[in-house]
Amino acid sequence: MKNFLTDAPLPFCKGCGHNHIAANTEKALQLLGYDPMNVVLVTDIGCHGIIDKSFLTHTVHGLHGRSVALATGVSAALNNPDKKVIVFIGDGGATIGMQHLIDAAHNGFNMTVVIHNNFLYGMTGGQPSEFTPFGFKTPYLPDGGKKTGYDICKLISAVDGVSYVSRLEGISDFSKELAEAFSRKGFSLVEVMEICPSYGVKANPGMKLSKVVESAGLKIEKFVDRGETEAYQTTVKTDLKSLFHEEDAIKTLFPTQLEKPIRMMLCGSAGEGVQAAAEFLLKAGITSGLNGTKKGSYPVTVGVGFSAAEVILSSDEILYTGSPNPDVMCVTSADGLEYARKTIANMKGGKLFIDSTLTAPETKAEVIYFPFRERGGAKNSSLYMIFYFLKTTGMIPMDALLHVFGENKIAKKFDLPKMFELLNEPYTEEMSDKTKTIA
Amino acid sequence: METAEKEMRLIMDGSELIVESVARAGADVFIGYPITPANLLYSYSQERLPSFFAAPDEISTLQWMCGYATTGKFPVTASSFPGFALMLESINMAYMMELPMLIILVQRLGPATGTATCGAQGDLGLLQGAISGGFPLPVVSISSMKDCWEMPAKAMKMAIDLRTPVVLLTSKEEIMTLSSFSVKNLPEINKIERTFYNSTETYMPYKTGATLVPEFLPVANTEHQVRFTASTHDQKGIIQNTSKEAIDNTKRLEYKHRQNKTEHLFYDYDEQSGADTLVVSYGITSAACREAVNAVRADGHKVSMLIVKTMLPVPPVYFEIMDKYKKVVIAEENLTGQFKNILFGERGNKNVSGVNGIAEMITPARIAEAILSK
Ligand SMILES: Cc1ncc(C[n+]2csc(CCOP(=O)(O)OP(=O)(O)O)c2C)c(N)n1
Ligand code: SF4
Ligand SMILES: [Mg+2]
Repeated sequence: MKNFLTDAPLPFCKGCGHNHIAANTEKALQLLGYDPMNVVLVTDIGCHGIIDKSFLTHTVHGLHGRSVALATGVSAALNNPDKKVIVFIGDGGATIGMQHLIDAAHNGFNMTVVIHNNFLYGMTGGQPSEFTPFGFKTPYLPDGGKKTGYDICKLISAVDGVSYVSRLEGISDFSKELAEAFSRKGFSLVEVMEICPSYGVKANPGMKLSKVVESAGLKIEKFVDRGETEAYQTTVKTDLKSLFHEEDAIKTLFPTQLEKPIRMMLCGSAGEGVQAAAEFLLKAGITSGLNGTKKGSYPVTVGVGFSAAEVILSSDEILYTGSPNPDVMCVTSADGLEYARKTIANMKGGKLFIDSTLTAPETKAEVIYFPFRERGGAKNSSLYMIFYFLKTTGMIPMDALLHVFGENKIAKKFDLPKMFELLNEPYTEEMSDKTKTIA
Repeated sequence: METAEKEMRLIMDGSELIVESVARAGADVFIGYPITPANLLYSYSQERLPSFFAAPDEISTLQWMCGYATTGKFPVTASSFPGFALMLESINMAYMMELPMLIILVQRLGPATGTATCGAQGDLGLLQGAISGGFPLPVVSISSMKDCWEMPAKAMKMAIDLRTPVVLLTSKEEIMTLSSFSVKNLPEINKIERTFYNSTETYMPYKTGATLVPEFLPVANTEHQVRFTASTHDQKGIIQNTSKEAIDNTKRLEYKHRQNKTEHLFYDYDEQSGADTLVVSYGITSAACREAVNAVRADGHKVSMLIVKTMLPVPPVYFEIMDKYKKVVIAEENLTGQFKNILFGERGNKNVSGVNGIAEMITPARIAEAILSK
């Protein structure tokens, strides 16, 4: 039989319940025939937590309240139910870190959590925790607790996914009960009720543990035992593919040289295809052999407010990706105009394409009004805008835009000839050919 | 760019490169909680890394990562200030336990929730003081799409070599902007092979030799007992009050990071002979800086440029470089010049000025103006 504890005295006050838990844990692990090298003890901060130095298992001593989350990582990474992960945590740690308990139980992570419930924060001088029962006194609660404490067993029993929950009094020999909890796969929890002689007993002279538990209405019983349940298994994928989809590489089909970079800004409303239109422009530029960047701006909630995109195309390498003074500004909605107002005012030249329903602010840019919203509908206004401005400026080949648009699945449902008619531009047979994917 | 290379361009964002980089370098798991502008890192990681966990919050995220790291696996996460703030105590724990991991911090406009969809470079000051006691937390940043590919793997190597959490500092526009980018001819990234303690002698988890880095051994191995602790501890990993051995161990955490190893030193120094002015930048502002320098030089002026990537602890070589110039301009997207303050203190230095601002990227024009101003 292997030892789990060193021979040194345990680091607790005389009579502290924590002593019994340590001794019973050793005994329980011996009952189950564990090797200490197959056990990882994760301890919280609190008096109970400094026990790690006495254990001959692997030990991980973390932060106040976080031991269950820390053990979650250990357990999920080991991914081996033959390695026993045990958590020692106090009522204090379980108070500050309750989320982690619920979460570990919910997921059924493989571990046994042993809550050392002495109804107070022992390490910091006996302040009450959320587990302090009604009427229970501490040095900081001379008149006793004003409310009932958490019933952690009830709480955790209510969580779907838990394998085993029990409460016991931490007196005499409870190694069999602990061993039962340790033997369960998935998530098991044992709440051990104890008294801290230094603060609990002092503040409640003559009080007996069983009386405290009883008057708190806490049942000493097994709340859940699902018996032989499945262990938690971490998904470890092996069939991983590179994020680089080289088959999506863009070929230069319409070689174009630009004397200087073109900086374009599209401003409209969320849900009106601004980002998609900008991506068409970007891709058309790259298909023309140019370098390109596209940056999106929008409020946090998708689907409302403005949506803006900046596209830069250049024969040279693009460094700075902003467009404080764009060559082309396209505004399709009032939201977009609000967002773009300052930039438009700053424009020293270039072109402003703006929907006819809007009024262009003072600017040095050439202002071109067109009823994009009326002709294309709100949803297609951005798409109409990019075709229109490319047609009128010829900045990059229209063929490139037709090509990348034709490759996209939305092209199938889209009436291009009608759009060109509405844009007052002829749509030719030749243009239609360009939308057919070029091999 | 070669024609053949141009033929093979993809439309990519920096997040994709970062995740592919950590995947190839051998990251085992991404654990995270969603936050703009780090969400692309979250979603690409879900697809690309062997394991992925959606944690219920950022404290759990860091704790789960620490647990993962104790077993010898390499965890990665990504967040922005609000999430990073919640991680802070746990990052200190990882630092004290000496657990390698990568935390990608995508800066956005603060304070507090600020503007989630607006980039910023406002968190360097926080990182400088992130570890209680003022111990240096290694921070590396990226300055280009190419860096999105190279720096994450290098940061991981640094984390493993030094047994420490490393922060990869970036910001919204750097990792969300789409660009034409050729993945052909990128320097190869190989899986980082980790070595663990292998001796029959009793393992002392925090005993070190000349490297000042203790040899790692995963928890739950069957040969030796392993202890990790966040409390002040001796070489055995046993909690101590302030024993000499334990305090020496704590001091070692400082010295370990101050070795300024060349293999962890990353910067681009573009020196122009005869230049009196040096412009310094990092992160998102680097691109504007490069553009400004090109423009200024095209007009016949002389200027040198230093783009720093190893940010913290500050490598002494940066001071050696800056000392060669009569005038130093430091450009960064925050109000007060956080990197400048880290280098020169609140009082500053008469030869050093900043180009600063918030809520929009610093423009090349402003940097050029500062370079040329008398
Ligand atoms: C984040 C944080 N807050 C507060 C503390 C201070 N602290 C240390 S132990 C403790 C309470 C411990 O109580 P409990 O978990 O019940 O353990 P016990 O000492 O009773 O065994 C507190 C509040 C801390 N270490 N960390
Ligand atoms: S203070 Fe209380 S909980 Fe802490 S060791 Fe002493 S008796 Fe135990
Ligand atoms: Mg307690």
